Amino acid sequence: MMAEFLSKLPVFTQVGPYTRVALVIAFVLFAIALLLTLYRLVRGPNVEDRILSLDTLYVNALAVTILLGIAFSTSVFFEAALVIGMLGFVGTVVMAKFLSRGDIVE
Amino acid sequence: MMPIWLDIVIAALIVIGASFALVGAFGLAKLSDFLKRLHGPTKASTLGVGCVLIASILYFTFVNKSPSAHELLITIFIFMTAPVSAHLLVKAALAMHKGMQPPPPRS
Repeated sequence: MMAEFLSKLPVFTQVGPYTRVALVIAFVLFAIALLLTLYRLVRGPNVEDRILSLDTLYVNALAVTILLGIAFSTSVFFEAALVIGMLGFVGTVVMAKFLSRGDIVE
Repeated sequence: MMPIWLDIVIAALIVIGASFALVGAFGLAKLSDFLKRLHGPTKASTLGVGCVLIASILYFTFVNKSPSAHELLITIFIFMTAPVSAHLLVKAALAMHKGMQPPPPRS
């Protein structure tokens, strides 16, 4: 049932054969990278390790969203990726400023 | 539909970008000190996302038959903000742990 739902999705309609294989490989590699970053998020002995791994999670999620935009051949995923990037940067900067100063805006 | 050379270029860029991101995350997971762990995400993951975004520019320029540089915006944004966030994280870490700074070189 899941297989026939997945086969009806409008995915991989306009990509060539090499790009199709490359997209599957890239999704697997990004999944492994996300899991490694999650390991550091759980394990990191200090809070700055966790902030860095959150920022890396944001960047990897941005890349996966762009890859999904290539796979589905629409450009609606680009705006989502832009929002992910901006929110990730703002969150990281706010947390770092709070840790170094105790205050976000003086 | 798509010329073979463009297909191979996009596929190569996507795989190279994904492997750079994997190397960056592996460096983040494996290294032993926070100041060493900063190198992976700031350089390798940024390069990986940049490669994937260049592949996306090429793909959407071909599919939409008109030059689309939307993803260049994200690339420039990430290239500008990744060093800034790393710098602020180092400042926060040095403010919290006083003994983390390596000793200055002997003059």
